[in-house]
Amino acid sequence: MSFSADEEDLYQELILDHHKRPRHRGILAHHTHHARGQNPLCGDTLKLTLEVADGRIVAVGHVGEGCAISSASVSLMSESVVGKTLTECQHMFEVFHAVLTEASPAQQLDELGKLRVFAHVCQYPARVKCATLAWHTLRAALAQQEEASTE
Amino acid sequence: MTDLTQAHVPAERFDEWVLAVREQFPVLTRRVRNDKRLAYLDSAATTLRPSVVANAVAEFASMEYASVHRGVYELSERATQRYERAREQVAKRCGVKASQVVFLPNGTTGALNLIANGWAGTRVRAGDEILVSGMEHHSNIVPWQMLCERSGAVLRVIPVTDDGALDMEQFARLLSPRTKVVSVVWVSNALGTVNDVSTICRMARDVGACSIVDAAQAAPHMPVRFDHIGCDFLSFSAHKLYAPSGLGVLLGRAERLEETAPMLGGGHMIASVTFEKTTYAKPPARFEPGTPSVDAVIGLAAALDFVDRFGLANIAAHEHRILNDLQTKLRQVPGVRVLADAVPQRAGAVSFVIEGVHPHDVASILDREGVCVRAGHHCAQPLMARFAVPATTRASVGMYTDVHDVDQLIAGLHKVLKVFA
Repeated sequence: MSFSADEEDLYQELILDHHKRPRHRGILAHHTHHARGQNPLCGDTLKLTLEVADGRIVAVGHVGEGCAISSASVSLMSESVVGKTLTECQHMFEVFHAVLTEASPAQQLDELGKLRVFAHVCQYPARVKCATLAWHTLRAALAQQEEASTE
Repeated sequence: MTDLTQAHVPAERFDEWVLAVREQFPVLTRRVRNDKRLAYLDSAATTLRPSVVANAVAEFASMEYASVHRGVYELSERATQRYERAREQVAKRCGVKASQVVFLPNGTTGALNLIANGWAGTRVRAGDEILVSGMEHHSNIVPWQMLCERSGAVLRVIPVTDDGALDMEQFARLLSPRTKVVSVVWVSNALGTVNDVSTICRMARDVGACSIVDAAQAAPHMPVRFDHIGCDFLSFSAHKLYAPSGLGVLLGRAERLEETAPMLGGGHMIASVTFEKTTYAKPPARFEPGTPSVDAVIGLAAALDFVDRFGLANIAAHEHRILNDLQTKLRQVPGVRVLADAVPQRAGAVSFVIEGVHPHDVASILDREGVCVRAGHHCAQPLMARFAVPATTRASVGMYTDVHDVDQLIAGLHKVLKVFA
């Protein structure tokens, strides 16, 4: 995978925007699924709540503290999964994880849409867990597991 | 270079001295990320390797390496001599006998675990108290927690003041006849605070407690005179002293080492073995089972020679100047708060936070600028909680750190502010 100089920048505009103005922030008053996640290396913490109806994610709410990569990833993840079926979410998790942890073909990148902005994090191994925390936590919530960790 | 390695290089020749030091570390010529100059400010994590040390290890490995303590042939005797001479070198430097110097794997962590299990483990009982400070590295917390769980002893914590120093008044109040162990860090890896270990050990002794000093961050910056400090045990790590990794040095009072049970059993640490009864060797062999990290010990001897050639006093003076410069410049960066800023004595490290920017992001952007710092909890989660931060960014100095490293860090911080404006 090769990136342009702009794409290689860990702190592209989109990431900074979602870090400074995170979408779907706040715990859902009514939620059907929830999980906590943490990235022990970095100190990122996340509490994720979901409302699932008819096999689709209807609403997402989160609180947490962490680095810009992790908070932007939570925000972008939240935007991406609203309205998706659980199967679609699982697939997105797998693509996201694959793209961040190994070289991926171009079509996988296209599947990511906006999430593509994290693709180059694979070049910074120490930050991969910052980006994947949101998705590990999502998966834990959907599997009705209380805790997720990036370990 | 010889005239630069005298003790107390005059101020007007210090720039030359620093250049001469840096020439010994070839890695400093590397360019990193997008062809940036390498500004290595993570010596508290581990020190860079001088070429004389790397070469000494390579030469030994190629031409002199053989079994130590076991062979009757010349090659083995010579290798053993080199290994034991290194032990004598450490002993002389630290004011102890060779038999009081133990080489073991896993650095200071290994040593602290041995003391907690081998010495304290056999003597601490339910209701006894073990004192550690709130600024300890996990390696000087977790072994004691494990011991307390097994024995029913109680862990008490000496508080840290808002200024990042040990609260000596509270420490005095915590000491009692129930105190069996006081284990304290000399120089904090996270804050850089230097503690008055001589006083701490005297106070421990006064109540009959065993005193232990974690000198991992002290040994690179100041003389370690076991006989002057007055502690029962002290430990430091070779890789923080320009020597290879995988080696810790434990110093102990002869009586304490004699009282210490071995944790690992096997070859060399025994006197005699039968299936009916096995007896153990005397210290230090008792704590050196199996084949030792011979290469690392040889490397440590070379590193100590190297440090002495440049002079520990010169190194300390230079580092002190650089740290002051760093702290002064940090204070001028908007949004930066230095932890333990006003601590009276500092060595090695400075931790800081930037308002609104996570340390991991700070470190990533600094990485882009060629600057190496450590971001995280520094294996001191309780200390981070004490200062109500999830993590800090830490810059730390070694003998090769120069003013350009400091300026490169400061310029990098201004970039951080721009990105997160």
